Amino acid sequence: MSKLVLTEEETMLADMARGFLDGAAPVTAFRKLRDAGETHDAKLWKEMADMGWAGVLVPEDAGGSDMGFAAANVLAGEMGKTLVMSPFLSTAVMAATALRQVSDARAKDALAKIASGDVTYALAIDEGIKHDPDATTMEAKADGNGFRLSGKKTFVVDGAMADRLLVLAKTENGLTLFDIPADRAGIAREKSNMIDARDAAKIDFSNVEATGDDVLGQVDDAMSVLKPALQAGQAALAAEMAGLTAGAFDMTVGYLKERKQFGTEIGRFQALQHRAAHLWCETEVTASAILNAGRMMDNDPENADLAVSLAKAKATSTAILAVQEGVQMHGGIGMTDAFDMGFYMKRARVGAEWLGDFSYHAEKVAALRGF
Amino acid sequence: MSQGQTAEEFRAELRDWLEANCPQEMRDGGMTEDGICWGGKNWVFTSEAQKQWLERCAAKGYTVPTWPKDCGGAALNREQEKIFTEEMGRINARSPLESFGIWMLGPALLHFGTQEQKTHYLPPIARGEVRWCQGYSEPGAGSDLANVQTHGADKGDHWLVNGQKIWTSYADQADQIFALVRTDREAKKHLGISFLLIDMEDAGVETRPIKMISGISPFCETFFTDVKVPKANIVGTENRGWDVAKYLLTHEREMISGGGAGLSGGGRSLGAVLTDTLDTLDATLRADAMRCEIDALAIGLTLERYKDQAEAGQGAGDASAMLKYMGTELNKQRHEIMMTAGGSAALEWDGDVGNRAGDWLRTKANSIEGGTSEVMLSIVSRRVLGLPA
Repeated sequence: MSKLVLTEEETMLADMARGFLDGAAPVTAFRKLRDAGETHDAKLWKEMADMGWAGVLVPEDAGGSDMGFAAANVLAGEMGKTLVMSPFLSTAVMAATALRQVSDARAKDALAKIASGDVTYALAIDEGIKHDPDATTMEAKADGNGFRLSGKKTFVVDGAMADRLLVLAKTENGLTLFDIPADRAGIAREKSNMIDARDAAKIDFSNVEATGDDVLGQVDDAMSVLKPALQAGQAALAAEMAGLTAGAFDMTVGYLKERKQFGTEIGRFQALQHRAAHLWCETEVTASAILNAGRMMDNDPENADLAVSLAKAKATSTAILAVQEGVQMHGGIGMTDAFDMGFYMKRARVGAEWLGDFSYHAEKVAALRGF
Repeated sequence: MSQGQTAEEFRAELRDWLEANCPQEMRDGGMTEDGICWGGKNWVFTSEAQKQWLERCAAKGYTVPTWPKDCGGAALNREQEKIFTEEMGRINARSPLESFGIWMLGPALLHFGTQEQKTHYLPPIARGEVRWCQGYSEPGAGSDLANVQTHGADKGDHWLVNGQKIWTSYADQADQIFALVRTDREAKKHLGISFLLIDMEDAGVETRPIKMISGISPFCETFFTDVKVPKANIVGTENRGWDVAKYLLTHEREMISGGGAGLSGGGRSLGAVLTDTLDTLDATLRADAMRCEIDALAIGLTLERYKDQAEAGQGAGDASAMLKYMGTELNKQRHEIMMTAGGSAALEWDGDVGNRAGDWLRTKANSIEGGTSEVMLSIVSRRVLGLPA
């Protein structure tokens, strides 16, 4: 029976990750990348790969560290605390999980390249302004032994820099997932100017050729490959958001202890104390939902739907609360670009939207809970 | 159950036992005010099945499954306890016995009591023979609980107790009371309190029920006039009763946070509860209910997580304040939603949707009793966040 308590290994992993990230990727590093207009730090990603993070979900026989979903969540959480920019979620969590559902030599080779940090992926799923894979309209028309893909994808996170794309498209009797190089003829990528200063792209597919070999899993059955990948991403994103919540919260509580007004620390005011305390309570409750999601994904993935949607919904509402309280309690300085709180607020908003917003996951919870 | 039994063997054995021993009438959840069996000398069983169910469980130690066997329990470990909760929930079994002895005094005695006190007081609690009530609050000691003034004068072999308690739940039906009594008026307020066990039949003990907004009188005033309490009836050390009181409060808070919202174990989803009835659920109310359900699930998992942490030796210091605050606020919200969903039918006492109004009004006490939400937030603020007092 799995317990809702961090194992010794997980605690060590978190400590180790924190130590590394405080040195290699503090918020100041994120700020530098933002100022330079960079959305990817190749050197950092290589270092993460060398530590086994890129291969956190890659089997050992493909060169991965195969630490499991709960461990991936631990890493995502630590990255969230300092707003680390990396393709961890799209490549190491989602693409790796999708590829793992397929047991052929090509998938194994792709997993090995993920683990080594040599190949990055992005998921081209969404077409409208809301996450809704079932509503995919992009078509993959049968063409000889292969397909021709035409249509538009939007909010493709890491889509401008990724080496490869997992593309969801309609085929004759369902949806099919394709694994194709991002520079294939007919693909036009337009980088979006995102509020969180990260990589996301709008991608236009114009009669793009895909062979049967490019199909990941079975034709017309994308979801058996994609659903576990999305769930892994949703859980890890929830963990990242809990991390950014912790980052914003620590800054805020620190500020309450040092900022003086009316001749005393503002943290002496009960109005602020109780709001901060309430926020802490929310972070504790959210932590339980995230830990549970990791445990369910590792131990009972077939029945993890409720746990994952609960984690993403709860992490979303808590993160939104944390950054709002963060800015408000900092007052005017919280509104300035020179101060980091705004970064947390903008990342929280993007995280809230990505892979299903609060309502999307609340509806899933409701459906599973008899509403 | 035997040592060395695997979890699955334990589950199978328990499932068979429950199947054979839990009367059909006791398989309806039954955690409403009417369905609870409180036990005690004055208890009148509502059915033969309720009596049978209590006796069968008590014989196995299942009224207090985690307590040691010589205290009336079944000595289940954390994993077995989880299985026990799951299997009880699976057949929607009623809890065989609830009492302040189980929730509050028991844990305090297990921690602070002498071996003699444990084996003397706990088995009758486990068997439902003795019902306890709690003598904490006073008219001048609500949120400022350590300000209790009920006084125990040292008379050599006994204390002579005088004073008044309030909000003593079910004191009129209880056999015994655990009370905070000032035994040193000179010391600082936290350091002059003793934790005493008093027989409700003693000369000089009187109770008077207080009618509440819910129409019922679960709370009482309790008066002590020259009540003789033997020196042996103290838990812990003289004048250090505040340590016992605080420890007990953490259990009370966990009980209030989880019990009310039906969060632990077979708690039913709000969606299922609302769909079962003829309630209307418009889009706005449905959204509120969904938020409530999400919070209920997450708080329920947090209860589990803290239990797991406690078992792993990672004590979550002031977690009970957090759980109490979150659980009770949620429970109030849940009942607001149920009232709205019930429409005008919910506005009648014992109408078509049962005692929904009474239950709703009762929940308003949740965020007051056992420490108000504001006191809980102040505890978190000071002890967890380290904000200046």
